[in-house]
Amino acid sequence: MSDAPKEIETLIELMARLPGLGPRSARRAVLQLVRKRATLLRPLAEAMAAVAENARECVVCRNVATRDVCDICASERRANGQICVVEDVADLWAMERAAVFKGRYHVLGGTLSALDAIGPEELGIPRLVRRVADEGVTEVILALNATVDGQTTAHYIADALAGSGATVTSLAQGVPVGGELDYLDDGTITAALRARKAL
Amino acid sequence: MEWRDTGTLLAVRGHGESAAIVEVFTEGRGRTSGLVRGGAGRRLAPVLQPGAVLDVVWRARLEEHLGTFSVEPVRARVSILADALALAGLHAVTALLVHVLAERDPHPRLYRMTEALLDAMDAGADWPADYARWELALLEEAGFGLDLTRCAVTGTEADLVFVSPRTGRAVSRDAAGKWADRLLPLSPVLKGAPGRRGDVLAALETTGHFLDTMVAPALGDRPLPPARQRLVDRLSRKR
Repeated sequence: MSDAPKEIETLIELMARLPGLGPRSARRAVLQLVRKRATLLRPLAEAMAAVAENARECVVCRNVATRDVCDICASERRANGQICVVEDVADLWAMERAAVFKGRYHVLGGTLSALDAIGPEELGIPRLVRRVADEGVTEVILALNATVDGQTTAHYIADALAGSGATVTSLAQGVPVGGELDYLDDGTITAALRARKAL
Repeated sequence: MEWRDTGTLLAVRGHGESAAIVEVFTEGRGRTSGLVRGGAGRRLAPVLQPGAVLDVVWRARLEEHLGTFSVEPVRARVSILADALALAGLHAVTALLVHVLAERDPHPRLYRMTEALLDAMDAGADWPADYARWELALLEEAGFGLDLTRCAVTGTEADLVFVSPRTGRAVSRDAAGKWADRLLPLSPVLKGAPGRRGDVLAALETTGHFLDTMVAPALGDRPLPPARQRLVDRLSRKR
């Protein structure tokens, strides 16, 4: 039971469903929003309404967009013959934050998983194969997680693109920037040693 | 209730926001499920990869409870990730163990064979023949062992080249006669000999038949995990 009015209680319940928030932290967040109605609550409500109205999946790459085709796919400058395949939109955003990759993306939305009945169709892999053919792609970079499911998906995509003429590459695995060997797990050290390069 | 053992992680499934329910195969306890708190978190998720060797402590108030696992990584089989065939093998092994074995039923011999097989995959060794023999052991542990020592018709131990699809017993070339085309191949791989890819595929045809016709009905007619067929497909492609 709570003393909050019904509308606010509904907001608290909805906020509590967000990742990282529970009922108590949702209550604190809502209280803060109510206190800062003009500077926080109204702009947030307007932004959320705009996103709710316009947010959709890019029909080309499955990125989150506010138009049918996202800005990256719409930009001719990004058509450099490279497609980076990522598992999730959050991974795409991480790549964009690094501001190193100048090509286009393909968002799978997950990894192959027999346990969860996620197959190639659900991940849009046939669509990726068609894009590689239609867009004249020369390199497909697989930026998938170094997990069993991530690498299974990577091998599957590499097989699917075998006859496409495009080079299929994957991100290197090894010592992270700022990492100390002493703190690394044996798997990372093994991968790093295998991917060593001449200086 | 509490016990500690070392085992191989078979499966992980997210539970709530940060926990995971895992299945671990140990020598002394067999296949056991348990909750790992923080199992989907940044620290533990990389450790909880199928095929990883873990030191686990299982705790529960009552034995019939799901229980919780505390896990410590012992060894990650990372080289498997780089090899598509080994990865398919890992999926087949873990999926079949989850599919066939009853929970909390120890199978020490199968456990040791599983460890050796996964280690061979990780080391980049030639393991497909070992995998076929592992399936033979799995059938035996499931209660459907094949008798490949002597001919079911004549009793001879020589020239055994077929297996009866109904009884799972070996049949010699002479005894097979006109029934040969109705019998399954007895690949030398299943008798411990090294074999080529074709011999391995023949062995998998035989073990697959018994997994389908004997084990599946005993498990409520659940179809075999697709991971096994994907491994067979990949082996066929590499022929």
